[in-house]
Amino acid sequence: MNVEALAPQTTPTVAMIRTLGLLSAICGLIIVASYQGTYAAVQENKRIAIERAVFKVIPTAKSIEEYLASPEGGVTKVGAGGTASPGAVKFYAGYDATGKLAGIAAEGVAKGYADNVRILFAYDPVAGTVASFSVVASRETPGIGDKILVNKDFLANFPLEAKLSADLKTLAHEIRTVKHGSKVNPWEVDAISGATITSRAVGKAINDAAQVLLPRISPQLDKLKEKS
Amino acid sequence: MSQSPPRTWDEFMEGIWRQNPVFVMVLGMCPTLAVTVSGVNALSMGVATTFVLVFSCGLISLLRKLIPKEVRIATYIVIIATFVTVVDYVIQAVSLALYDALGAFIQLIVVNCIILGRAEAHASKTPPGVAMINALGMGVGFTIGLLALGTVREIFGAGTLFGVALFGESFQPWVVMVLPPGGFFVLGSWLLFFAALERRKQRKLAEATQNA
Repeated sequence: MNVEALAPQTTPTVAMIRTLGLLSAICGLIIVASYQGTYAAVQENKRIAIERAVFKVIPTAKSIEEYLASPEGGVTKVGAGGTASPGAVKFYAGYDATGKLAGIAAEGVAKGYADNVRILFAYDPVAGTVASFSVVASRETPGIGDKILVNKDFLANFPLEAKLSADLKTLAHEIRTVKHGSKVNPWEVDAISGATITSRAVGKAINDAAQVLLPRISPQLDKLKEKS
Repeated sequence: MSQSPPRTWDEFMEGIWRQNPVFVMVLGMCPTLAVTVSGVNALSMGVATTFVLVFSCGLISLLRKLIPKEVRIATYIVIIATFVTVVDYVIQAVSLALYDALGAFIQLIVVNCIILGRAEAHASKTPPGVAMINALGMGVGFTIGLLALGTVREIFGAGTLFGVALFGESFQPWVVMVLPPGGFFVLGSWLLFFAALERRKQRKLAEATQNA
């Protein structure tokens, strides 16, 4: 009955290669089929997730367009053809029901207490302020670091001033997080006492992203004003 | 080698009680401790692992006479990795929020020792039907283990069960329960509970034999 017991050392090379080859073919088919079968649903899920996140920070927005801001200063709509230059930054333009620009949303990231804190913030180009933010991903301590979304004093930091300097190359004032209770300027973020590191991450994430993005898009605002 | 119906039932129950992967064999501790911060996470992780277990054990059992023992580990891992990839895509298609919550632990099902252990110790020696039933039992047992941790941690650490608030506004969550140490506390408590049950059973048995 047991062939292996009779001839223990004589597994032919061909048998091994045949089994591995056959198996790779079966497994390859299964993987490709499941990838293609779920592709549409996965892309749709990703689109809905982005849309929901943008609508949360720009409450008046009813539709969004995805753009890339290249280092040379141009903005190109994603999916409209043309290649993105290296170093381009993605941002979302939110439009209200009448097709007017309601705000611009972009991602920012900075090191928090546990890991990187990734946030999405809304920029109001008319007022020159960061209107609000939401968390995209964070591993901050529950009950401490996640206070940034509920703490009333912290949320009162917004709208946060983010005006460009006269030469339109940088922000007029760097957005900084200051110790709880010592905020004096509209571009400072008043930290939550006890969650200073996470508060600082929010300020830094907004500052780093705004310093890069705002000089690039502010000369192009006319192109973004109406939904194309 | 009699194939009576009780044996099938026995194969199924093995993973749920006698050889429960979490509480008896203490296998697969990495997802057990890491993802069980809520009931939903625990249930989805359990279902995903069960799916991979059942299908990879089925395929391995089907091919068991074709697989030379020299390349068996490689073939098992390829088969397991295939079904993990399928689960990965399916979870992304079902819910991105769930996908983010489970994080790297979906991909890490590949190296879950329960699955490779079942493949090596069971599926490679039994026909597909029996192997899949045994794998299903193990998967359900693993899911029960995860749920036992996940529900307790969610109730204490967030005051909710499957997202439904259980207590009033005044509830102050016991935050450590949803942090990594909480996983160890709850697992330890469950192991203590089962060890106490086992000891009581043995004492009763000893008393019964003494009296007889």
